[in-house]
Amino acid sequence: MAPKKSQTKDASAAAPVVTTGTTASAVPAVSAPSKKPSSAAVAAKSSDAWSSVATNILSHYQKTTPQRTKLIDLFMAFLVVVGGLQFVYCVVAGNYPFNAFLSGFSATVGQFVLTASLRIQTTEANKADFPSVSPERAFADYVVGSLILHFFCVNFIN
Amino acid sequence: MAVATATDSSSPMQTLADFGKSKSLRTLLRVLILCFIAGAAVSSRLFSVIRFESIIHEFDPWFNFRATKYLIANGFYDFWDWFDDRTWHPLGRVTGGTLYPGLMVTSETFASCWPPAFSGLTAFAAYLLTNEMTTNTSAGLLAAAFMGITPGYISRSVAGSYDNEAIAIFLLVFTFYLWIRALKLGSVLWGALCALFYGYMVASWGGYAFITCLVPLHAFVLICMGRYSTRLYVSYTTWYALGTLASMQIPFVGFLPVRTSEHMPALGIFGFLQLVAFIYYIRSSLSGAQFKAFLFVGLGAVFGLALLALVAMTSAGYIAPWSGRFYSLWDTGYAKIHIPIIASVSEHQPTAWPAFFFDLNLLIWLFPAGVYLCFQDLKDEHVFVVVYALFGSYFAGVMVRLMLTLTPIVCVAAAMAASQLLSTFLSVKSPVAKDPEQEDATDVSSKKIKQNAGSLRSTNSPYVGVYSFMSKGLVSGIMTIYLLLFVLHCTWVTSNAYSSPSVVLASRMPDGSQHIIDDYREAYQWLRQNTKEDAKIMSWWDYGYQIGGMADRPTLVDNNTWNNTHIATVGKAMSSSEEVSYPIMRQHEVDYVLVVFGGLLGYSGDDINKFLWMVRIAEGIWPDEVSERKFFTPRGEYRVDGEATETMKNSLMYKMSYYNYHTLFPPGQAQDRVRGVRLPDTGPVLNTLDEAFTSENWIIRIYKVKDLDNVGRDHAAAASFDRGHKKKKAIKKRGPRTLRVD
Repeated sequence: MAPKKSQTKDASAAAPVVTTGTTASAVPAVSAPSKKPSSAAVAAKSSDAWSSVATNILSHYQKTTPQRTKLIDLFMAFLVVVGGLQFVYCVVAGNYPFNAFLSGFSATVGQFVLTASLRIQTTEANKADFPSVSPERAFADYVVGSLILHFFCVNFIN
Repeated sequence: MAVATATDSSSPMQTLADFGKSKSLRTLLRVLILCFIAGAAVSSRLFSVIRFESIIHEFDPWFNFRATKYLIANGFYDFWDWFDDRTWHPLGRVTGGTLYPGLMVTSETFASCWPPAFSGLTAFAAYLLTNEMTTNTSAGLLAAAFMGITPGYISRSVAGSYDNEAIAIFLLVFTFYLWIRALKLGSVLWGALCALFYGYMVASWGGYAFITCLVPLHAFVLICMGRYSTRLYVSYTTWYALGTLASMQIPFVGFLPVRTSEHMPALGIFGFLQLVAFIYYIRSSLSGAQFKAFLFVGLGAVFGLALLALVAMTSAGYIAPWSGRFYSLWDTGYAKIHIPIIASVSEHQPTAWPAFFFDLNLLIWLFPAGVYLCFQDLKDEHVFVVVYALFGSYFAGVMVRLMLTLTPIVCVAAAMAASQLLSTFLSVKSPVAKDPEQEDATDVSSKKIKQNAGSLRSTNSPYVGVYSFMSKGLVSGIMTIYLLLFVLHCTWVTSNAYSSPSVVLASRMPDGSQHIIDDYREAYQWLRQNTKEDAKIMSWWDYGYQIGGMADRPTLVDNNTWNNTHIATVGKAMSSSEEVSYPIMRQHEVDYVLVVFGGLLGYSGDDINKFLWMVRIAEGIWPDEVSERKFFTPRGEYRVDGEATETMKNSLMYKMSYYNYHTLFPPGQAQDRVRGVRLPDTGPVLNTLDEAFTSENWIIRIYKVKDLDNVGRDHAAAASFDRGHKKKKAIKKRGPRTLRVD
């Protein structure tokens, strides 16, 4: 469970890192001015520079995401941090109460995917995918899923 | 019979069609038909009770029975911690941690006659699953009927077979139904339900790994086909996160989901889906070409990296490689060489071709047609049918036992094909011929293709209709006959092949009346009444559960087969000469030895026929002391008559089987009816064992292990003295004997 999870996050974290690397070698002239002013991002987009990908995503996110969804994202980020901490602890200090580690870690992972599901289901753009799931229904499902998840975690933690 | 009723709902009779127009009536009819199917499913499983009596069949069920008794007597918490000291003497078995408790917990709350009841539920689950696949409701009813009576499933769920599979197949089908449902709706609730039933399945049967592999495979195929959807993300991640936690609650499974390779596909797809979801999310803010490059490079790299990491972790020992049982599914010769104990079980043999027809009859040729129909209208759930069909067919071909997992999908696919056929040919209305072009359906469709050449042939549905009443009647008549024949076949197979408990044998007297051979129970009853409470019985592991359940005596090995070395010890004792076996038996405090011998009756499932497996398993552990080759004659024959090899004649198993057997016959006429050979006039001599009991038809023979001699002689000398021989040098010739200590 652990390696996959961290890789996902790595991918998200790695995106900007890779971007700067390629920019430096490929198109230094264009990318240099594009970093400061936000209006230059439009110009950078056409030039296919990798750095524009990151800024695009960021601005897109800030523009289109409602406040509530941002809260959900914050919670998900928090879960990733907690899960990462547990994993690091497991690697550094050993996994002795393996039950406890597993249930703690899977609680964060499980809660993460449930929250992600809630986020997906409540996003306006995905409406067409979920004809039968209203936002209220999504939240009710989320609560039920979380209850089951934590019941199993508590039962497993010893 | 249920089939006939099912087809009635779409019968050509116009009156009935009008009658069945109202919606509430249709629902009523559907419920009635399902009830009838459940009734048929239950009653066809009661053959065994009618033919014989209410008795538990086979081997494994006896353990389940015993475990349930323990659960009822001592409660749930004690059951978890149950250490069974009456099996695997002297090791004992940590039973609570090594069983799938779903069955016992279920049956604690249900009546004793419940495997048939579960078959009714399975039929209902098949109905639901099929309804998810097609809009044609009669397909669901047909699937339920097929599921209810097909012998492939009946073999494991007749009344009296108190076994995990009976309940597991219901859970399997129902879990798949919930999975399809969750995938269609993209609902967390259905995903959670699916996970709960998956957890229940894990608690019931080791075959849960089938679900663990099939669902990720389905998800993976969908992603590869470019059918990723947010619904897939929601349903899969919910199922995995909750289902894995649920499965880890079972002590026997424990940490396996993160430790073994069987569970890695599910985990890998879980991680992969996170990645895919993330990438699809950022897709919305990127231009098309950029995104494509990003997608292929990124996904390919991460997938490769994850695979590499898996391989590295497996070789580094963090993740256990595929266990032998699973590995033998890929390399079918593997088990025979490395783990003979798995290969020795008859259920683990590759399936013979006739078995498919025997177990599934007409369904097996409707099955490919149903799978083909899935391709016509390829939605996510149809991909599931295709994947399951391929996967299931392969496994059913490798192992007889896994026919059970193939059966549900065969029923579903066959029902789809049959209902398609029936609904095409059973409509009363003839299509109205408007244009002369439209009269020939294929002609029209080919013209249409020319018109819109851009679309695929399968996407524009051809105009299908049958005009002549004659051909309608003919095809539907033939189909009905086939269905009736199927019912007849199922009934025949169920009543003749699958309803005989292996504990009680039936034979026909010359006048045609039935004769019951009840040697097993006679012998177990004898053990129960004539031996000490803690007398240890040594027998081959097949009979361990029965001895534990019926005779209530401790055994050395049983059907749990968790300790290969211990089984090999018994195998060695059976296949070695008395001088070697006796110390082994003394060390394990064996009081009685039980062998099954079918020579008199012609009962082929006896120990001499299983003997080579004992030799092989023993040879796996002690290659220096036991050698399979020595049991074959120089010409490579496995013989038990006068030509048998010396090793064979001296082996304990041979001696116990044929001891005193020749006295039953006039001189020179002793015959083994299983092997069909004539036996020598002088039978084997037993020095260290006393014959204690032989059942009516000589099927079970029980020997008592002699105590050490009072005056310190070895047993050969003592026995020879008792027979009236003088102490001769002949005994000395064999030299001093040393006890072999392992």
